[in-house]
Amino acid sequence: MQDILTGPMLWLSLSVFVFGMLARMILYIHGLDWKLDRVAYRAHPKAGMKGAARSIIYWLLPFATTSWRKQPVMTVVFFVFHLGAILVPLFLLAHNMILKEMFFLASPITLNMCVADFLSWGVILSGIVLILRRISLPEVRILTTTNDYFILFLALAPFVTGLFARYQVGDYQFWYTMHILFGELFLLLAPFTKLSHIALFFMSRAQLGMDFGIKRGGMKQGGSMAW
Amino acid sequence: MSEETLCNRQPIQTEESLKRLLKDSGGAQYYKEMKSLDVDQELLWSTIQKTCKSRIRTWLEICAHCGMCAESCFLYLINDRDPTQVPAYKIQSTLGEIIKRKGKVDNEFMHMAMRTAWAKCTCCNRCGLYCPNGIDMGVMMSYLRGLLYAQGFVPWELKIGAGMHRVYNAQMDVTNEDFVETCEWMAEEYEEDYVGLHFPVDKENADILYTINAREVKHYPEDLAEAAILFHIAGEDWTITSKGWEQTSLAMFAGDWEACKIQVESVYDAMERLNPKRMIGTECGHAHRATVVEGPYWAGRENGLAPVKCMHYVEWVAEALREGKLVIDPEKRIKEPVTLQDSCNYVRNHGLKQITREIMSYMVEPEYFIDMSPNEEHNYCCGGGGGFNGIGLYRKERNQALITKRDQILKTGAKLVIAPCHNCWDAIRDLEEEYKIGIRWSFLKPLLIKMVKIPEHMQPKD
Repeated sequence: MQDILTGPMLWLSLSVFVFGMLARMILYIHGLDWKLDRVAYRAHPKAGMKGAARSIIYWLLPFATTSWRKQPVMTVVFFVFHLGAILVPLFLLAHNMILKEMFFLASPITLNMCVADFLSWGVILSGIVLILRRISLPEVRILTTTNDYFILFLALAPFVTGLFARYQVGDYQFWYTMHILFGELFLLLAPFTKLSHIALFFMSRAQLGMDFGIKRGGMKQGGSMAW
Repeated sequence: MSEETLCNRQPIQTEESLKRLLKDSGGAQYYKEMKSLDVDQELLWSTIQKTCKSRIRTWLEICAHCGMCAESCFLYLINDRDPTQVPAYKIQSTLGEIIKRKGKVDNEFMHMAMRTAWAKCTCCNRCGLYCPNGIDMGVMMSYLRGLLYAQGFVPWELKIGAGMHRVYNAQMDVTNEDFVETCEWMAEEYEEDYVGLHFPVDKENADILYTINAREVKHYPEDLAEAAILFHIAGEDWTITSKGWEQTSLAMFAGDWEACKIQVESVYDAMERLNPKRMIGTECGHAHRATVVEGPYWAGRENGLAPVKCMHYVEWVAEALREGKLVIDPEKRIKEPVTLQDSCNYVRNHGLKQITREIMSYMVEPEYFIDMSPNEEHNYCCGGGGGFNGIGLYRKERNQALITKRDQILKTGAKLVIAPCHNCWDAIRDLEEEYKIGIRWSFLKPLLIKMVKIPEHMQPKD
């Protein structure tokens, strides 16, 4: 079982993830239409790029937009969650050792063990808050579907199982295997679920940034959107 | 469904059908017929397949259901944080649902969608500023309006309004003759006090082509006079056009995209015919949005720009004050607490936030201008935008919506609200009528007329 999971399944899940996300991005761009969207994408490249960049950068920084500032608790939870969810899979030493072995390609910088632990616990705790948010806040509850819980499960399962393995709680082999399984499940399903936001967040934000940058004020003196 | 009916999928194209629909007071028969209006599910789905692509589909798909849009929406806040007013919910339960069901929705659903699109959203686009994924629910709501209009599920007044644009190229039954004659009448009325006052008509190669809101012809002709007076004082080389003079677009509120195109093209034709250096519109928000911001796309203009440079009236006023074409008598500056309404359609949606404040710096003694909170592009809708002001069926909801702006004004302590936008002006008038908080409200023109220095040659000689 483990040979398959660390062999062909790893190849498959990583390929599906990488090429799947690429495909989503290409299909997104292909489906943009200046006339239907009412944004002259090609006609004003500088204004478009400036708008896209501002739209992405401001939103990647905690408290840099009015929206983030208006919801400080959610902002902290959001960034703690995503920081860990992105940095740990990419820069964990153990992951990079496997990547080096399999693909001869790995990150030269890896996370210090303490930092990795800290980030991982951050993901778990913020994940719990996100679940509680869905249950308790009426404005979130009305939007929440079973799928939203499934996505949270997909994202958290690798961390839960990973921590069980890392702390060697219970049957190490079992938790290690489950960790790989859930990690690969995440990679396989990402392009086909809301996890596609990993790539589409950037596409959507860039698009809206171009909209405001070109059409809705970005080309007016002092008119750039103050996110 | 017989086409003899008042409520159907056909747009109003003739004066006769316009009059028929107008006669149905308040749309009583129209709404009665709507209860049995069929949904053309095939048309609905094929339209979506042709016109709903990456941007909107992705928006609907990647919505994280996080609910951060809730607090951004003034209708959510003013309706006791009713969860059904969460912007994401409003659009997912309508457009999202139509797409999920591939257009297989019924009359009852369309009634719910109509109510959501026109009573639970003014398309102010504020939610688009608060979504981490950059989802602009206001844009989607406008798209939904287009689908609903094509199916005949549109509020009575907006079906009429779109019809007006198709028949008269104006939002009401004001003909080209009506317009020019009213201008001539205004010149006569005011030329005694402002020597040499006149309206150049169809002058070619002028600096400025001035376009208006048809309501001014019918209900506020003094606004036309004030515009002319200010252009004269400023020494501008300007003109009106006898054809294509209407900048507004109720068709945009109605979701009648074909009528939107017809309307803006009438104005672009005037630009091409008269070749002005630039076009300046009257103090109206949605007129600017329709003709300057969105219009070029309806007209198929690939650079997203109108045939000539276009400016909102506030841009001209700021320029005139800045360059000294209009000079305010310092004694006559405003010395009472005054605040400023940020019209969604040219502030949030066209970046003119600093221009209006620059104007305030000339018109108001410094300590008397109190900004609203929030302000600029984060300010709230007046409560009457997107056609809300004009829809009788949803008057109750509109009056509730006005409370947001009422409370913002109260917090500033202002006695005067400056609102350079016809819809905002109406909304603020209505909130005073409804809630009696003791404020006055004004466009820029009447205030400026009272404050600016009149050049010698324009002063009456007696």
